Amino acid sequence: MKKRNSVVRLTFSYLTLIILAVCALYPALWVVVSSFRPGGSLYSKHFWPREWTFEHYIELFTSTQYTFGIWYLNTLKIACFTMVFSVILVTLSMYALSRFRFRGRKSMLTVMLILGMFPSFMSMIAIYIILLQVNLLDTHAAMILVYSAGAALGGFIVKGYYDTIPRSLDEAARIDGASHLQVFVKIMLPLSRPILTYVALTSFTGVWGDFIFARLVLRSKENMTVAVGMYELISSMQNSNFTMFAAGCVIIAIPITILFLFLQRFLVQGLTAGASKG
Amino acid sequence: MKRHRITAAVLSIVLQGLGQLYNRQWLKGIIFMLVQGLGLYYLIPRLGGALWGLATLGETTQKFVKVGKATQLVKGDHSIFLMLNGIIVLLVFIVFAIIYASNIYDAYQNGKKRDEGKRVPNFVESWRNVTVHHFPYFLLFIPVLGVLFFTIMPILFSIMLAFTNYSAPNHIPPAKLVDWVGFQSFIDLLQMKSWSKTFYGVLVWTIIWAILATVTCYFGGILVALLVESKGIRFKKLWRTLFIIPYAIPQLISLLILRNIFNAKFGPINQYFAYFGLDGLPWLTDPFWAKVTLVLVNMWIGIPVSMLLVMGVLTAIPRDLYEAAEVDGASRRQQFRIITMPYILFATAPILIMQFAGNINNFNVIYLMTGGGPAKGEYQFAGSTDLLVTWLFNLTLVNNKYNMSAAIGILIFIMIAGISIWSFRRSKSFKEEDMLS
Repeated sequence: MKKRNSVVRLTFSYLTLIILAVCALYPALWVVVSSFRPGGSLYSKHFWPREWTFEHYIELFTSTQYTFGIWYLNTLKIACFTMVFSVILVTLSMYALSRFRFRGRKSMLTVMLILGMFPSFMSMIAIYIILLQVNLLDTHAAMILVYSAGAALGGFIVKGYYDTIPRSLDEAARIDGASHLQVFVKIMLPLSRPILTYVALTSFTGVWGDFIFARLVLRSKENMTVAVGMYELISSMQNSNFTMFAAGCVIIAIPITILFLFLQRFLVQGLTAGASKG
Repeated sequence: MKRHRITAAVLSIVLQGLGQLYNRQWLKGIIFMLVQGLGLYYLIPRLGGALWGLATLGETTQKFVKVGKATQLVKGDHSIFLMLNGIIVLLVFIVFAIIYASNIYDAYQNGKKRDEGKRVPNFVESWRNVTVHHFPYFLLFIPVLGVLFFTIMPILFSIMLAFTNYSAPNHIPPAKLVDWVGFQSFIDLLQMKSWSKTFYGVLVWTIIWAILATVTCYFGGILVALLVESKGIRFKKLWRTLFIIPYAIPQLISLLILRNIFNAKFGPINQYFAYFGLDGLPWLTDPFWAKVTLVLVNMWIGIPVSMLLVMGVLTAIPRDLYEAAEVDGASRRQQFRIITMPYILFATAPILIMQFAGNINNFNVIYLMTGGGPAKGEYQFAGSTDLLVTWLFNLTLVNNKYNMSAAIGILIFIMIAGISIWSFRRSKSFKEEDMLS
């Protein structure tokens, strides 16, 4: 009796899991399939196309109207620089805030908390005017500068992680004659690899997903990032470009999704490290 | 004897670095002097103009002047540039003022050392002293500078905008000037019929949305996590990976895709409805169904994160609790109710509140799925699914009502700050794990 009960329960569980998995995967699968479908329209009679074609992928990289290849490289460039600068700035500042007790520390932490509560668009207009005045509009340098400059504000997760590394470690090293910098490079950096991976990954993918600020700053077509390009592509002519848009989605999503799944372990650690600190 | 400390401090007040020279710290003194030179060189021609600009926001508008036969455009004051420049110059002034103050303090301290008959450190020693005892300042210098100029200054600027009348169509520079109007924007927003109706309508939906979005994702995440981790389920890792995929796909991409999936005319969902002989639903074009769609889509995006968090908590529950319960004869259901559930709730409560605050500002889902639409006639520049943030965004970039959007931004800030302070006060972990200490 008990055994039959558990069989019923398990079947039910598996059934729910399968339904959920279909829901989770359906949009991705649908886009992949759409990207191989001939024609440009969103509408199609069958889920599986009768014929498969690569033309949309080829068109993406050869079209003169949508210079996807250039956008892709632009985004890659901005994302890489942003990732490097953000990681450096975040680790340095959060290491300082976590490890040292100095005058102004408490007020700095409070200011960080308060700044995080303002809607981020509030600063957009001012940043736009500043960039206009220093002649940085429509440049990638501006994007990298602004993205990295704000990075330190999101560092509470990193600080929380550093707080969990026992302080006796670096004190011991200091007694043995290591300088602050040596302690940081030789002890703290290797220990904080999971959280650094998390920061690097989120700042890297953040660039791929941000189109609001990018659309404000990057005006000319050859400077656009993929996010801006794809948004323009789909919002201007939804029904005639859809398959091309789908192909673009696949090319953008594949590397990032793989990166995410590959670094899943770090991701969970990063999330829970931030979680326990609220 | 207080001779040296007073003299050094007074000399440093007269001229930055002079006190250091008096203390025979030559290199340091010269560096201080150079810094002050730089500061004066930058500030003297600018400071007066900056203060005037901030106070008046410009006095002359641009106008056409007849020069001989042709008319020529004479540039007037641009209120917004004046305001921004004013803030920048003031911030630079504050930075130099801090350096000036520390120069006086330094001269006084070293003078005190001389009074007490101690040796004054030479440059190499003071440099080492700074790098060892003030190491954190070194690390923080560049990040703070970045935050100061790309976050704090813009926010100050926006806050100030809320107290001006900077809005289309009557007060857009360079053609017109902008003036300080005090709390007028807030009063309009809360009391003027046309604005207040929109504001309260959008506010109510924002709160409903934040509650629905948070609760559905949170409990959805708990259910999925429990299902995957329950006894007897095989391939746990595979299931987990499958369910993380929505989170791994860049949000911009997945939202744009979902917008097409829910397209009423051509989208696949309504197509499947048609297979079963059902009429499709107006997923994104009817006010009610658009809201339903948004909550569903937000679940799709948000459940993976909650699931990951809950799974993390589940592995942290000590095994012996369950063993003890089993010995005492508790059934599976009882174990779940007495051990698992309280544990999850306790560990994730702070996140729940932060997610609620995050959902108030959940821009992407709304903007990319419906763009705030479907339109609502009685609203000022807003649609039936607009949140306060998306409304703010449209007011800024589409309608150029800068003062209103700044005022809304400040109100959002007050809301979020209120929630956060309340949750920090409540949550024990804040005190125990000394986030601010």
